[in-house]
Amino acid sequence: MKFLCVDCDKQMAFEERHLPGDGTLAATFKCPTCGRVVAMLTNPMETQLVSSLGVEIGGRTVPEQPFETVRKMVATGREDAFVEASGPNGAPSWSPEARERLARVPNFVRGMVKRIYADYANERGIAEITPAVMDTARGELGLEGM
Amino acid sequence: MPPIRTYHELTDADRSGLPEQIGAQRRRVAERLAGVGRVIAVMSGKGGVGKSYVTAHLAQALARSGRAVGVLDADLNGPTIPRLLGIDHAPLSTSPSGIEPARGADGVKCISMAMLLEDGAPLAFKGPSAESFVWRGAMEASALRELLSDVTWGALDTLLLDLPPGMQRYVELCDILGAPPAVLTVTIPTAESGDAVRRAMRAAVDRGSRLLGIIENMTGQGFEGTAGDDLAREFTVPVLARIPWHPAPGVWDGLGGRV
Repeated sequence: MKFLCVDCDKQMAFEERHLPGDGTLAATFKCPTCGRVVAMLTNPMETQLVSSLGVEIGGRTVPEQPFETVRKMVATGREDAFVEASGPNGAPSWSPEARERLARVPNFVRGMVKRIYADYANERGIAEITPAVMDTARGELGLEGM
Repeated sequence: MPPIRTYHELTDADRSGLPEQIGAQRRRVAERLAGVGRVIAVMSGKGGVGKSYVTAHLAQALARSGRAVGVLDADLNGPTIPRLLGIDHAPLSTSPSGIEPARGADGVKCISMAMLLEDGAPLAFKGPSAESFVWRGAMEASALRELLSDVTWGALDTLLLDLPPGMQRYVELCDILGAPPAVLTVTIPTAESGDAVRRAMRAAVDRGSRLLGIIENMTGQGFEGTAGDDLAREFTVPVLARIPWHPAPGVWDGLGGRV
């Protein structure tokens, strides 16, 4: 899918992706010549169709995780389906508030989410994961819903 | 207004790179299966002919003969392979490199949706249920792809794929693998089964799969017919085994030696 600024005859560049949480998706594109911005809005069915392919509009910000689609999208996954192998030495610590927030993530997907936040912190030299770190990571990585 | 340029005429970098993301998924599958000697789909156009039963026993027979064997239960909605291989539920160990398969009877490696779902629960996805017919097939294909690409199969002589009835999963499998797998077909003796299995075999031939042969299951009592022989003659493939209702253990070892 590409967008063309007809006036400038220029391909528009992807700018941002928003997942407002109601099943819809908004992606903005900007003309590099005139600066015009347009938004592509998809309904829940269209958004789901893209998600079902295991791809990310706007590109991947996090490497594909094992069983990522299954863990994110299966509604009837068992709580004790997975056990995470212990992380690398020097893994960041979690503040009590961050642990509490993580505990609210369904267990079926929690291990994957935990690893993504830990990798984010490790790559940036962050020693402790706090709710603020989680919020920043969600914004930077596009982890809406995690 | 000048003519509007077409998709292929716009050549600037596409940050979403959806084709590249799909390509990366395909590469993950190929890389993961690089250590697998052969991939065999066990299929039938007909339900209830014993595909899973045959798959599990064939896997064990191959393992007993010293081969490294894995089974991927591709029946996502009706998975039965773990029970047939005597696998009790235990959490699957995960790491960034992948998911460790469970080990069943005779050391057969196995992955199945049964290991991931709540007991007795159907495979249900999050999302808008009103239009699920639009996206559910794609979601199941993605799940199948992840069962192939995200499991640390390691070096295997044979990976058996237990397919559900019908052709949809086989078609998805061909697309995901990038090449058609070899196919073992299972039928029962009846003409009705033969009709359905014939269509499946024809589709497999049309897709370019190599037909390894036919296993005629549930022979000897109750089901009358010659479907196995008829299909074998028609497709010029062997009947690899005729499995009675209560097979002696040697039947499976004999089949393992012919596959």
